[in-house]
Formats: sequence, C-alpha cells, structure tokens
Amino acid sequence: MLGYLLKRLAGMIPLFIGIITISFMVIHLAPGKPTTLQEAMNPKVSLEARERLTKLYGLDKPLSIQYFNWCKKLAAFDFGVSFIDSRPVVAKIAERLPLTVAINIASLVLILFFGILIGLWSARAAGSLEDHCITVLLFIGFAMPGFWLGLLLMNVFGLQLRWLPISGISSLDFEYYTFWEKGIDLARHLMLPLFVSCVGGLAGISRYMRQAILEILKQPFIRAAKAKGLSFDAVLKKHALPNALLPVVTIVGLSIPGLIGGSVILESIFALPGVGRLFYEAVMARDYPMIMAELVLGAVLTLLGNLFADIAYAYVDPRIRYKK
Amino acid sequence: MSELACERVSGLRLTTPQTRNPANTQTRKHANTFTRKPFTMKLRLFFGLGIIIILSVAAIFAPFLTRYDPDKISIDDALLGPSGAHLLGTDQLGRDLFSRMMYGARISLLVALISVAIATSVGLFFGSLAGFFGSVIDSLIMRFVDIMLCFPAFFLILAVVAILEPSIVNIMVIIGLTSWMGVARLVRAEILSLKEREFILAAKAFGVSNIRIIWRHLIPNALSAVIVNATLGVAGAILLESSLSFLGLGVQPPTPSWGNILAESKETLGVAWWLSLFPGLAILLTVVGFNLLGEALRERA
Repeated sequence: MLGYLLKRLAGMIPLFIGIITISFMVIHLAPGKPTTLQEAMNPKVSLEARERLTKLYGLDKPLSIQYFNWCKKLAAFDFGVSFIDSRPVVAKIAERLPLTVAINIASLVLILFFGILIGLWSARAAGSLEDHCITVLLFIGFAMPGFWLGLLLMNVFGLQLRWLPISGISSLDFEYYTFWEKGIDLARHLMLPLFVSCVGGLAGISRYMRQAILEILKQPFIRAAKAKGLSFDAVLKKHALPNALLPVVTIVGLSIPGLIGGSVILESIFALPGVGRLFYEAVMARDYPMIMAELVLGAVLTLLGNLFADIAYAYVDPRIRYKK
Repeated sequence: MSELACERVSGLRLTTPQTRNPANTQTRKHANTFTRKPFTMKLRLFFGLGIIIILSVAAIFAPFLTRYDPDKISIDDALLGPSGAHLLGTDQLGRDLFSRMMYGARISLLVALISVAIATSVGLFFGSLAGFFGSVIDSLIMRFVDIMLCFPAFFLILAVVAILEPSIVNIMVIIGLTSWMGVARLVRAEILSLKEREFILAAKAFGVSNIRIIWRHLIPNALSAVIVNATLGVAGAILLESSLSFLGLGVQPPTPSWGNILAESKETLGVAWWLSLFPGLAILLTVVGFNLLGEALRERA
C-alpha cells in the first residue's frame, strides 16, 4: 500500500509542474498585459500603481525569468497581495477555504450515499413503473442547471413560504445563539446550497450505479449465487453491490473538478463566504494575484481529490494495490 | 408497452419463495437480464430530435414568430404576467419575455454549437496525432491533456474571461478551448484500436501518406463516437454558457441569452415568477433534448 501511495505521489509531481506552468501562461501569454488591462478598466489607475504592478510581476523582465520567479514565490507560498484590499492572497484564501471544502465534502458524502441507494433501488425494480419514473427524474436532474434550481428554491422556500433563509451562512444575531441554536442556524442556511450542489452529481452516480448493477447481474457468478439458493436481496447486497462500487469510486474522483468549479456559482447565488465566491469577486475586479492563486488552488484540490479517490480505489480493490 | 415486453423477457424470477419479506415477491418484478428496449431508445430519439427541431425552428425563424422587438423597452408594460398579449409576460423594462427567449435561443444555440465545433476540431487534431504517431508525441499530448483536466473547467474559463473581454466570440473560443480534452482522449483510443487493422496496413503498403491515412481512413471511422460526444457536448456547452451569462461573465446585456435573462430576474424574484421560471425551463429542456439525442445515437453507434 505504501509503495502504491508513493508511486501515486511521484506521479503527481509532473502534473503539479504542469499546473503552475499553465496558470502562469494563462495570465502572461494572453493578449495584453495585466497592467494595461488594469489601466483600461480603470483610467484612474495611477502611474505609481502601474509601476507597482509591473514590479510585482517583474513584467519588464524576460518571460523565462518571470516564470522562474513565479515558481520561486510559489515555493515560498507567496501569491502576492490582493488588488482589492492589499491583504495577502494566502491569508484571504485560508479564511474562506474551510467552508468550501466542508460543503464539497458534505455533498460528496450525500451524493455517494443517496446515489448508491437510488441506483440500487432502481436496479432492483428494473423495468417497473417505479424504475421508469426514477429514470426520468434522474435524467432531468442530470440536465438541471444548478443556478436555476437555486433561484427556484430560493423563491419558493425563501421568498414565498419563508421557511429558509436565502443567503449567507448565518443569521445576524448568530453570536448570541446557544450552541444548538447555532447548529440549527447553520443547517438552515446550508440546506438549500447543499441540495443544489448534490442534484447533478446524484443523478450521475445513480444512473451509473443502476447501469453497473444491471450489467453485473448478467454475470455467471450471479447465476451461481442464485443457484446456491440465495435470495435476490442477498445476491444484490453481497455479490452485485461490492462489484458495482469499484468504478463508482473513480466516477466520484472524476466529479471533483465539477464540484469545485460549481462552488463558484453556488457560493455566488447563496452569498456564501467560500473560495468560489472569492474567485468570482476576483474575476469581477480583475484581481490577478488572486485569480492566479485560485487557479492553482482549484487544480491542486482536484489533484488531491483524485489522489484520495485513487487511495480509496486501492483500498477497496486489492488488485490495484498489488499490481506492479 | 415496454413494460409488458420487459415482464415477458424476465421470465426467470430471481426471488425465491423463501425471501425474508414475501410481500416483495408479489409486487416487484426482478429482471435478471435487463437490456434497454429498442422502444425506449426510439422514444429517446423521438423526444430528443423533437425538442431540438422545435428549438432550431424557434431560433431560426425568431423574427417571424414574435410580435415584439426583444429590445423594445416600454415601461408602461413592465412586469406583466403571462397573458394573451404577452405570452410569457414582460420583464422589469417592459420587454416581451417570449421574444427575448426566442432571440436568446439563437445566441445560446450559436454559442453552444460553435464552441463544440472548436472543441471537437482541436480534440480531433490532438487525439489523432497522439493515437497515430504514438511514442513521444503521444505522451506529450496526453500529459498535456491530463494537466488541463486538473483544472476545474469553470475556474479556467473564468480566469480567461477575466483577461479577455466577455464577448460572444470570446465565450465561444474559451469554452471550445477548455473542453476539447475528452474528445482528444476518445479519438486517441479509437485510433489506437483502428490503426492495427488490415485496411490501414493495406493503405500503408500502398504508400499512402500518413496525413491521408489519418484524414481519409482513420478519422471517418472514429467519427460516430465523436458525433455522439459532440451531441452530449452541446448540452454541456449550453449549461456552461448560461452559467457564465448568469454570473454576468458571458453574453452581455442587452443581447438576450437565457442565462442573462435569469440573471436579471434575480432582482424581481419574489414578484415576477415567470421571469425566473421560463428561461430556466428552456435551458433544462434543451439540455435534456441534446442528452436524449446523444444517448440514442450512442446506442446506435
């Protein structure tokens, strides 16, 4: 297991180098320079500010030196300061990262749990009216634009029924709440965002799960289990499910970039103070140091997510672990 | 009808009489072999094509099908609900929502189709190079694909939008250039399996040039998979464009697109339900349509 882990980690190094190179290129090889754009956007940008910018990026130096400097700063975890409020980018991200990671992990857990359940349910009832209804619903969920679902839910549950708050992470008088009230308040604020962030992935996993189980049910070893006299539920639980779970782990790994990218939209709609919203604000204000840092962060989170998926895969499937 | 057929096919019951909850055996029909019936596939093709044809007609003939100019502001008619005069109501500036959505269909479809065309061309190019030449070229291209796939697509798109101005052309190019990786992987895999086949060896033996082999023999054979992928890609591109426009970083108002109509509807969310309902429904239906068509085609391929 350790050997496998080390191999995976080593494989990440070239990817990481690629990530920082592309992040660098996106900003520097695009037509126009950050400084001129900053100027075009806001004519009031002073000469001094422009010089500071040029100096910050070392834009007067050749590209290769700029790239080298970018790597050097990265190694020291220095992403510069934000244009918006001159605070260090790393500090701004650090205070907002936990919320985004928490939301994403929570939705992954929910997606996995309910996705597997729904997939099993619909595979178990394959061909029935129930199954057809689930299939249609999943198809719609798969195509659902998250931001629109968010708008509709905000309208219905927030504005019309007034059951749930529609934005932010906590109520105004949050500080005066008791521990339990705080928990309930958080849950009320996160209910809609979590639901919206789960729908797409849930539909994907359920559809996949159903298909995988139906494929496996055709295998000879299922017939053998059946012939042994096992009940259908036991066959499903003991023989079909574990085999269908293997590829689901990979699918979950593949869905991680989508979740992270989706957090921009989610956090913007529900006004949640996470890194997604921070990125959106940075894009609107053309806050280049922040954009570059977030780009690297997004890719690194994806990389880590994939690593965890790989580890999970190796954990559930010994064949992967022992393969050379 | 499909259900009857299904029952007939699954003659062999998996549930034995000794099941723990016997109630289930009565009500549930467990299929031991369940393959998609051609009927459901035809149904998908029918609905998918139907939605897409209706949508295309709406987009192409928008000027003839609408009574109002989509950009005509008339404050007196602001925020009217759906009625005979305004089929889907009006927005806060009194513009007719139905007209705006018809013209929005043009923009949304155009952006989606062209960005998918870009992604498919780039993917075909890199995928066929990697698959055909192998060795160093292959590993270089595929490592590049791996790296590009590490970036959450939405992050990459937003970062580029921040540098370039968000215009319709830029949006198409950006979406295209950030979503070709899947096509490249697909084409590479197809070509890897095709290039050892006899007809390619024969072409080589005849002294046909590499480029001609790729262009005339390999790509046409990989095309069906690519078309399926592109059809599903259109659905994804429509979602991407509308999300971008919703955030104000895609198609810029006053040019109507489903995403930016929804963005404007945020301000009147509690008052004018029609403004937030119909454009979203249009996006959903369109995406469902392309997904249905794509899956039906995949089944055929």
